[in-house]
Amino acid sequence: MLIKRKDAGSTRRTLQFTTADSQPTGMDRRTFLRRSGLTTGALAAVGAINAGSIKKAKAISPPEFGVPIVLKKNICTHCSVGCTVHAEVQNGVWTGQEPAFESPINRGAHCAKGAAIREIVHGDRRLKYPLKLVNGQWERISWDQAINEIGDKVLAIREQAGADSVYWLGSAKFTNEASYLMRKFGAFWGTNSVDHQARICHSTTVAGVANTWGYGAQTNSYNDIRNAKTMIFIGSNAAEAHPVAMQHLLSSKEINRGNMVVCDPRFTRTACHATEYVRFRNGTDIPLIWGILWHVFQNGWEDKEFIAQRVYGMDEARKEIDKWNPEEVERVTGVPGEQLRRVAEMFATQKPATIIWCMGATQKHVGTANVRAFCIACLATGNVGKPGTGANIFRGHTNVQGATDLGLDITTLPLYYGLTEVAWKHWARVWEVEYEWLQSRFDEVPAKAGRKPRTRKENMETPGITSTRWFDAVTFPEDQVDQRSNLKAMIVMGHNGNTVTRIPEMVKGLEKLDLMVVADPHPTIFAAISNKKDNIYLLPACTSLEMEGSRTASNRSLQWGEQIVEPAFESKNDYEIMYLLAKKLGFADKMFKNIKVENNRPDAADLLREINRGGWSTGYCGQSPERLKAHMKNQAKFDLVSLRAPKDDPEVGGDYYGLPWPCWGKPEIRHPGSPILYRTDVHVKDGGGTFRARFGIERTGKTLLAENSYTKGSELIDGYPEFTMAVLQKLGWDKDLTPEELAIIKKIGGEKVGTVSWSIDLSGGIQRVCLEHGVMHYGNGKARAVAWNLPDPVPVHREPIYSPRPELVAKYPTRPDERQFRIMNAGFTVQQNAVKNEISKKFPLILSSGRLVEYEGGGEETRSNRWLAELQQDMFVEINPADAAERGISDGQWVWVLGAEGDARARVKALVTERVGKGVTWMPFHFSGWFMGEDRRKFYPAGMDPIVLGESVNTLTTYGFDPVTGMQEAKVTLCQVRAA
Amino acid sequence: MARMKFLCDADRCIECNACVTACKNEHDVPWGINRRRVVTINDGKPGERSVSMACMHCTDAPCAAVCPVDCFYTTADAVVLHSKDLCIGCGYCFYACPFGAPQYPRVGNFGSRGKMDKCTFCAGGPEPDDTAVEYVKYGANRLAQGKLPLCAEMCSTKSLLAGDGEIIATIYKERVKQRGYGSGAWGWQTAYRETITG
Repeated sequence: MLIKRKDAGSTRRTLQFTTADSQPTGMDRRTFLRRSGLTTGALAAVGAINAGSIKKAKAISPPEFGVPIVLKKNICTHCSVGCTVHAEVQNGVWTGQEPAFESPINRGAHCAKGAAIREIVHGDRRLKYPLKLVNGQWERISWDQAINEIGDKVLAIREQAGADSVYWLGSAKFTNEASYLMRKFGAFWGTNSVDHQARICHSTTVAGVANTWGYGAQTNSYNDIRNAKTMIFIGSNAAEAHPVAMQHLLSSKEINRGNMVVCDPRFTRTACHATEYVRFRNGTDIPLIWGILWHVFQNGWEDKEFIAQRVYGMDEARKEIDKWNPEEVERVTGVPGEQLRRVAEMFATQKPATIIWCMGATQKHVGTANVRAFCIACLATGNVGKPGTGANIFRGHTNVQGATDLGLDITTLPLYYGLTEVAWKHWARVWEVEYEWLQSRFDEVPAKAGRKPRTRKENMETPGITSTRWFDAVTFPEDQVDQRSNLKAMIVMGHNGNTVTRIPEMVKGLEKLDLMVVADPHPTIFAAISNKKDNIYLLPACTSLEMEGSRTASNRSLQWGEQIVEPAFESKNDYEIMYLLAKKLGFADKMFKNIKVENNRPDAADLLREINRGGWSTGYCGQSPERLKAHMKNQAKFDLVSLRAPKDDPEVGGDYYGLPWPCWGKPEIRHPGSPILYRTDVHVKDGGGTFRARFGIERTGKTLLAENSYTKGSELIDGYPEFTMAVLQKLGWDKDLTPEELAIIKKIGGEKVGTVSWSIDLSGGIQRVCLEHGVMHYGNGKARAVAWNLPDPVPVHREPIYSPRPELVAKYPTRPDERQFRIMNAGFTVQQNAVKNEISKKFPLILSSGRLVEYEGGGEETRSNRWLAELQQDMFVEINPADAAERGISDGQWVWVLGAEGDARARVKALVTERVGKGVTWMPFHFSGWFMGEDRRKFYPAGMDPIVLGESVNTLTTYGFDPVTGMQEAKVTLCQVRAA
Repeated sequence: MARMKFLCDADRCIECNACVTACKNEHDVPWGINRRRVVTINDGKPGERSVSMACMHCTDAPCAAVCPVDCFYTTADAVVLHSKDLCIGCGYCFYACPFGAPQYPRVGNFGSRGKMDKCTFCAGGPEPDDTAVEYVKYGANRLAQGKLPLCAEMCSTKSLLAGDGEIIATIYKERVKQRGYGSGAWGWQTAYRETITG
């Protein structure tokens, strides 16, 4: 029996209007229809209807009949699935969109966002020209004036407070080339405070997973999940966050009659398609996984051979796992033992099995430990390094994988080289600049509050400030910030302000800044949330649909996007904006030494070639622009499941789609890419690999190298360390190097030629020779169940900072306070105070956050898209019927959600639903524009405000930072809800 | 001649709304008019299922049966279309339609609702194919260009199927066989008065 969903005011699909000056009111379909003919104000701008017939109030760009159509291919700019967008362009205008059936990733499909993406380029709510805030008013200025004034200001700030006082916040929406360029920009400016959204999305994944087996990325691919027999989702709502991925996941469920297990505190739209749904308490991921592994080990379901050959320290991990018997697991997580036994049996015995996770797991103060636990589960059951298995980590934004790879990160230079002297010297060689000059760009840090001073060299090797704490670095007393001065200026490109927790604190930081520069297709909430009267500049940047460049999807495939149309209005692309700034700041000549620049626009293909020349560590060396363009041209030739093209194809023969990194060696040796990491049953030249030997050779008398495990066709039939020139010489393989390769290696190594490793060999010779011998140049090591360099070598449960179960805090406290990333992480003190002050009594409901399918990220772009905005017009809080009844709250009514810190509060609509359990509330994180009950629409530049505004959930989220990456606690805090 | 049909496989529909925005994109449908929308039952509870709905282009369409000005017609492909020039906006078709497909720019009595608008199966209207005048009234005519409705072509999980009824029935039968359990299809019997076996 099918019935229509109740048309109450708050149900998610109810239509309702937002106008500039009146507060939205809920209405049912009938009132909606009545209003729609009589609209004024903001509504008229989004398409009202004339009497009598359906006409467009403002046709955006209808197709023109009889005008030739040019087809352009780019990649959807929303999530990380990497859907190909097929654009029809007529006379330079984007007039239509067709399904890209030839893409093996999306096969023509889109979600609501991808199917509406044309509007993002045409939308009239875009930032149209450079603006400057003068005495509280937005003034239009020219690009020249903007660049000059911004440049003069940052140079003055640098003079007075040092290079570290300017923060460079980049974007996961950048192309790979722009990401790389911004990291390079930071290096030339002289700071490591260069970050982007990965900090708040999967930074913990990258750290935790890389510390387990070598690289911090999805091990398999969306397509490969078609091979899985069992899928466990934990903290992933793919149906809303990665809808097109569901095409592959549901196929696995159907074709393999697979098990689809969804573990989530919330009964998500993914959960409703599951074969098993596990509801557990927010913030107890580790007890849940240990609870599953407890059954695995008790029943002997572990993969003993795999553990013996390829895993270090499983015994030590077992000691922790053994503590989590079904009774304790149920006490902490709320999940009965019998259900977890069933899940354990599926995961360990109905193989191949995979774990899929997202921000539900990573956005926690224990995010790194969480993902380590998931990896250990894969290792214990032998579910990694084979088709259908693995850690299928779904990244968030379109290019968050690529931007992470290319080092928009405070802890590393591009491609995970780190910040060591070796790393800096490597990149100095690639960039052809003097290492000493780079060093001279950095600050000397004086001794403060009993801490030692830092030399320029030490400072350039010290990680910067995380994007989760930038405002603390503005507002904290000088002596608490471990750099020359506090932050004075923010340069933000493609990054909204509502993405950080503790927004009330963020607003204070914003108000105290000397300079705020936003370069974005939209004004962002930075423009409207504070009472700042001056010193905000808005620069219109185009979307990456309006520029060329590559993007790395979550599965590590690179896809080249063509420019669909010229940048809209006065917007410029990211390359040009960075070039203009570099020119003004005086280092453009050095920075663009080997990059073609035409009309101030650096060439994307040339930027990728420079990435190729330096990208040996992560296998970004083989994906030349020519190869990527050939892939886009030949998309239809790649297999749906294996992603491989037939070997005999002249252009892409034998390649995997998008040359998923690592794609080793120079482009000429045509490595096909690695669709499945750590896979030993294929040759390294066919994308095979081992666990990376990056943690040494032995520890406490036990070997860290693989035993009796090696890739197919390997000439070394046991574990081996990573390759340097010395290892090559010892094996006598140095004879296979060409004279040119040898010359380059000698030039790099000088007198210590033996120390030149596979990752800094600019000739690619070491990699080429290793591949010829069938061995993996990064070594053949064991994955680590114990990561001794992390704060918790084996993951242990730690209660959320604001725990709803204060009685468990004594047994499972968070880590002690510690200085991290230049400032104090006082999580322990905050947690203890929360228990002492009985916060959980005043704020008895758990608050979590997540995604809606219609919107993405901070939501400024998607909330400005009328086709999407129409579908989701209200910010809301999901609350269980029992909790709502206790508070006298009915579905659809306005409520105040009160946060546990400060006097944070948010006015939203109640969505009363059993989707959340009793005691749990949930809010989407895409909204902004309201702040603690106040609609701030009038503070946006006129006509550039998003169609839909609402309270940000992060106004309510609270303290808590992962000790390894500074990830914020966005997923578990406490709140109270009352009727408004 | 092919008989055009829609089928929404409710086991696959994830309520992503791609069909809705694809429709808006293709036809530039104004704010407030929803030729297609996704309906969810048991929202937030076990058994939650979503279906994408629009005009189902019925056999013996009830809208056509009640229309006082006879503005509906069925094409050779069995697509149910209407003429906005004839439509008087009376709203009878809205009451007759089992799927809530007809949409109006305004609410009111008799002719004051404005011209009815609904899904055209991307087949335009009575005006000459692929002309500006047709596009303004009815949106794009993909069928005339040899293409299928964009909502189905862009469906994220291949849940929404559109095309020759014989072919989509075969696709759906295959899926049911693969799954090993019964039907998750929706609307088929109501609209087309046929049964699915297998």
